[in-house]
Amino acid sequence: MRTFPRRLGVAIIVAAIVAFLSIKLNAFRDFQIAEIAVEVTAVAGLTVLTGLSGQISLGNGAFMAVGAYATALLLLHLSWPFYLVLVIAGAVTAVAGAVVGIAAARLRGPYLAGATLLLGVALPSLALAYPGTFGGDQGLNVVFTTPAFLGVNFPLTRWQAWVSTVVALVVLVLLANLDRSRIGRNWRAVRDDEVAAALDGINVAAARVRAFVVSAACAGLAGALLAIVTGLVAPGAFTITLSIALLTAAVIGGLGSLAGALWGSLVIVLVPTYVTDVSTSHGLSSAVGSNIPIAAYGVVLILVMLVFPHGIQGGLLRLISLFLGPDQKSRTRRDAPTPHVTPSADQAPASTHEKEGTS
Amino acid sequence: MVEFLQFTLSGVVFGMIYAAIALSLVLIWRGTRLLNFAQGGMAMLTTYVAIEVIYKTHSYWAGFVIALVAGLVLGAASELTVVRPTTGKPELNAVIVTIGLLIFFEGLAGILFGGQYRSFPAAFSVTGLRVGGTPLGVSRFDVFTVAAVLFTTLILAVVFRYTTAGLRMRAAAFNATIARLSGIRVARVLTVGWALAGLLGALAGVLVSPATFLYPNSMDAIFVLGFTAAVIGGLDSPAGAVVGGLLLGIALSYVGGYLNSDLTSLVALGILVAVLMIRPNGLFAGARMRRV
Repeated sequence: MRTFPRRLGVAIIVAAIVAFLSIKLNAFRDFQIAEIAVEVTAVAGLTVLTGLSGQISLGNGAFMAVGAYATALLLLHLSWPFYLVLVIAGAVTAVAGAVVGIAAARLRGPYLAGATLLLGVALPSLALAYPGTFGGDQGLNVVFTTPAFLGVNFPLTRWQAWVSTVVALVVLVLLANLDRSRIGRNWRAVRDDEVAAALDGINVAAARVRAFVVSAACAGLAGALLAIVTGLVAPGAFTITLSIALLTAAVIGGLGSLAGALWGSLVIVLVPTYVTDVSTSHGLSSAVGSNIPIAAYGVVLILVMLVFPHGIQGGLLRLISLFLGPDQKSRTRRDAPTPHVTPSADQAPASTHEKEGTS
Repeated sequence: MVEFLQFTLSGVVFGMIYAAIALSLVLIWRGTRLLNFAQGGMAMLTTYVAIEVIYKTHSYWAGFVIALVAGLVLGAASELTVVRPTTGKPELNAVIVTIGLLIFFEGLAGILFGGQYRSFPAAFSVTGLRVGGTPLGVSRFDVFTVAAVLFTTLILAVVFRYTTAGLRMRAAAFNATIARLSGIRVARVLTVGWALAGLLGALAGVLVSPATFLYPNSMDAIFVLGFTAAVIGGLDSPAGAVVGGLLLGIALSYVGGYLNSDLTSLVALGILVAVLMIRPNGLFAGARMRRV
């Protein structure tokens, strides 16, 4: 119980810092703050799914699309207040996550990755197939304005940054509590050893579906935020590049760690703009400048997985433990997925899942 | 009726492309229990190699052959450098490593060749063939596509079935430990499997690009459909991969022709989910399973 007020306190301090920064900085930085908040919301959901429950998703961009289109349609046709729209967008996406989660509960590793990848490719094409409802390639415009009590001179980008930051922080606090609750413990148990978890009386399938619901709801909220920040919801924004960027951020930050979700999001949002600026000022073409970060992410993703599987957050915790003594080390272990080696599954092809089929 | 025939034939053509990708995935899966998400990226990169060679030499066949060789090299190099170190780690690590490889290839293609759509030449005429005035909906190049994939598949089948090298590969895929005890260099066999997969990917890339244009993400959609085809056939079965590719190609061709071409990937998703729910090991896994 002690930890909840502490987390709330940290969230309020971060909110105050962001509010201060957004007043001091220009509109472009406000936009970047909003972008980071959107990314954090989605990546936090993915890191819970992949890092805690052990299920990979290459299709969380599709859930973002669901949230974004729900937001656009509700604002466009019903003009409800945004906070209500946000809740409904999250709920709609959670339902979508439950459907996908039920289908995915039986799938493992590469099969799940492939199926969610196809989801990420297929779902946005729905917008092209039904242009009457979803606006086709052009997408839907989203009108979002500052509330009247802030006065007419309050910049829209600042308001967008504030709204996005508040949503992201609420999501982080809620997820942090979930992580330490029975639900979170069950996820870790299922991730580390399914059979042992089932023997302990954990409903493995339910735990897996629950993780998908939570992850999808986060992605849906992120999609809703993206809709109001960019003012446009179009299928081009929800390619599998987006889904893979979310995974990249989660892995770079440290899978399973909510703080890692923040570090990963900072890297994913800020580094490309920086690299593009530097490379264009050094006379490189924009095609080169915009692709250097992509190639670099690939390299980083491989290196993190091979050499440094706990990501930035794991590295930070190790640094802290160097200064504070060994008792902090246990945190590193708990937050990051523990690599459990199952050599038999890799080496003997006629193993586990074929035997399942015969029974 | 003519329409139906046209849809079926063009479905067969695309089905053979999916089959080539599916087959490359099966080759790697059988050896390493690993799904290579970089397969599409490898195919895309080798197709860029082909287009550059074709522009330099003005010879389609030089580009074609060099692309296949590049596929061999790229496949083997990927396995040796980044995939092998994931052995013995959780399977999620290997999945993420191949995704990293995919992003790296796409970024590299963007840096080297730019992001714009490029048209890719075909070896033969792409105007539709006719039989007695009835258009068939396929071209000479489409016939070449089908023939090339079938030919490569047959060669692979013969190699696997009747040569010592093929026997070694099958043994390594069947049980790595016993194969190693019998004196087979399993690690080398796995590298060869990746090289052959790279070759098949390159073939698919060169064959599909006249129809899709070439850009850094151009193989993403083809890859997921190849994956679907592989799952339909069962990731363990090379014959299943080819049949899965054909079934998927024809089914999607009907959907695109009679319903709406924007729905094809959704239908593919539906097929994938249905197959995974009903027969998670694919349509062709039954007999082998019972023998185990």
